[in-house]
Amino acid sequence: MPCGASQTGRLTRLGGYLKLANSHDFTMGRGRARDRLHILFTDARAEQKHAMAALPKIRLIWLGFTAALMALTLWMVFLWVPTEINQGNIQRALYFHVPVAWTAMVAIVLIAVASVAYLKTRDEKWDRLAVAGAETGVIFAALMLITGMVWAKPVWGVWWTGEAKLTTTLILFFIYVAYLMFRAYFPPGEQRRRLAAIIGLIGAIDTPIIYYGAQLWERAHPSAVVGPYSNNDSSVDGPVGLTLLVATIAFSVLFVYVASERYRLRKQEDEVMALRRAISLQALRVATTSDSTESISSAPAGGA
Amino acid sequence: MTTSIQGASPMGTKNSVALAVQATGLEKSFGNAAVLRGLDMTVRDGEAVVIFGANGVGKSTLLRVLTTLTRPDYGSISIYGRDLSKQAEYARLSLGAVLHSPMLYGDMTIRENLNFFGKMFRVRDLPGRIEEMTDRLGLGPRMEQRTRELSHGYQKRAALARAMLHRPRILFLDEAETGLDEPARKVLDGVISEHRAAGHAVVMTTHSIERGIAESDRVFVLAGGRIALDAPSSHVTPNDVTGLYSDPSDA
Amino acid sequence: MGASLATVWTLARKDLLLELRSKDIVLAIVVFALLVIAIFTFAIELTPSRARDVGPGVLWAAVAFAGVLGLNRSFAVEAEGDTLDGLMLTPVSRELIFFGKVLGNFIFITIAQVVIFPVFEALFNISVLQVETIVIALLASLGFAAVGTAFAAVSVRVRSREIMLPLLFLPTSVPLIMAAVESTSAVVDGGSWGDFSEWLQLAIAFDVIFMIASAVLFQFVLEE
Repeated sequence: MPCGASQTGRLTRLGGYLKLANSHDFTMGRGRARDRLHILFTDARAEQKHAMAALPKIRLIWLGFTAALMALTLWMVFLWVPTEINQGNIQRALYFHVPVAWTAMVAIVLIAVASVAYLKTRDEKWDRLAVAGAETGVIFAALMLITGMVWAKPVWGVWWTGEAKLTTTLILFFIYVAYLMFRAYFPPGEQRRRLAAIIGLIGAIDTPIIYYGAQLWERAHPSAVVGPYSNNDSSVDGPVGLTLLVATIAFSVLFVYVASERYRLRKQEDEVMALRRAISLQALRVATTSDSTESISSAPAGGA
Repeated sequence: MTTSIQGASPMGTKNSVALAVQATGLEKSFGNAAVLRGLDMTVRDGEAVVIFGANGVGKSTLLRVLTTLTRPDYGSISIYGRDLSKQAEYARLSLGAVLHSPMLYGDMTIRENLNFFGKMFRVRDLPGRIEEMTDRLGLGPRMEQRTRELSHGYQKRAALARAMLHRPRILFLDEAETGLDEPARKVLDGVISEHRAAGHAVVMTTHSIERGIAESDRVFVLAGGRIALDAPSSHVTPNDVTGLYSDPSDA
Repeated sequence: MGASLATVWTLARKDLLLELRSKDIVLAIVVFALLVIAIFTFAIELTPSRARDVGPGVLWAAVAFAGVLGLNRSFAVEAEGDTLDGLMLTPVSRELIFFGKVLGNFIFITIAQVVIFPVFEALFNISVLQVETIVIALLASLGFAAVGTAFAAVSVRVRSREIMLPLLFLPTSVPLIMAAVESTSAVVDGGSWGDFSEWLQLAIAFDVIFMIASAVLFQFVLEE
């Protein structure tokens, strides 16, 4: 920057027209982002103390609850429930297969709600929620497919059946994968969040249609459908029903736990990035303001 | 706020109340890079303003935001009193833009392009208007040529025709004169002068600082994601402008 | 209302004009679909009963994969000249821009089908060319166009657009593909409308729902 008498002269002449920022301004401007940053930046110490105190306790309780439920489920599934007469021990896969299927499908509902909320509010937290849902959903969908195959092959001799829920979950699996791949191929930012929300919404709208189509297909090809859902000769009350219920609850809780942990992780990543950005900009701004602004803001018409 | 300036340039009756552009608190980030950081800007009807700024500082982004092509993360903009977030269609009828690319269909002729865009803008008396533009911009012999085959100068002229077809009240030009030969530049200057003489507003960006100052009523300098200078062009010298380019936070 | 329809037609006409000049899209769809079908004639030993069994599936898989290629091209055209920005600058509502694009893509896919179906019938020796097939084909084109245009617009700015579009489009179109395959199977087996009316209902529902949903979401896709 040119220095010297000519600069002072220039500054006085342009005095009122210059609108350089002063050191009070955070360079993020006036949005919500700036407010949150302001709080984080100035009250960082207080935030840190507060954060350390409250969260781990709640998270530990949550984790403990999830673990306890899973332990109970495992006990019930492997040790308590009597062995099924026809299929033998492999039938216990039911207690994993069904809950996991259920949660994999619920994931799309979560993604749908989060996507709509994001498009309306443009608040990043909804985007994080959608991603958490998709990541957890893809895992649970994969588990559902695997447990289905593991169960079907020894009992009915086929890896795959044409059953409606299975087909739907398979498609959902691909939709989650497509959603996540899209995000991977796209640079982070507002555009990615917005387009991902649209993809999530379209996928969610499609899901009931897929299910209906899969049911029609099932009815049209009854010989192809065999396996875990075709014969419900084991009644679903008594110990079987109870175990199934407990397992479903346990896996749902697990889903929520994993998704919320993912969400929390994302949130922290985002905040670190924002802090980094603000710190680097603030450092630069301090460097510039010290040699230019002081002379201007304090001297409207006279020289420095 | 700056003191209000009645420019030195001779103009027709200026409506000092109607604001062509009013932008407040504009913020826009791409990924982690914050380009616009709380930008305010006002352009009065009938004013010609030029926006200077270092390379990559966000002039094109600002223009895209003002012309509704890009949505800001925060902030509000009105064009002739129409809030862009609510009445974008009205705003688009009042504005014309020539940006980096000509925005014409390569495999269609100039005439076909103008016909198409004219219909999209609901231009009344479209054939007559196209003749007018053809004459004014010297496109006559090339009207039936595909735009893909045109030289850069003629593409810019055709783009200008597209931008002016619907008789916009405010014209946005993003480095419109770059790469133009003499005749094309003369045509461009002529069009801008006529537009101003008719009492309409112009917002342009250019790398040619002397030309920009000479052709405008008011000068803006974009630096640090905001307007760092907002002054009547008569008060500004090229050194003032480049001096403000060196805001390190643009790195 | 009339003005809106005129606008949609102006948009579609523009795409038809461009396609007439470049012949990119329809050619891509036809060639690729025929290639897929041809490969299957080698890959599967086509006894008459097997042809009837797998034929419809092969046909619609070919049309779906080929359709994706064509849809990719339709937005690539706009990306080249930045004319998408040019369209965005017009006061036309974003839903109308969507419908204009869908109409254009619908016409392209339908034209491609006119070439593909007879060739398929010749290669597989099954009688697809019946009145019912026309209805099925039109419903399928419309659904592919609606979903495909939306996803093509979403993918136009991704790197690896060519991978992303099929990845998004194909799972979503499964109900429509199912409906088309099952209906065509019924037709080939000599059935009539009643035999596949449920599938037709599914296809119609798919088309309606996605025309509306994509139109509403389109403005969010386009804004930058």
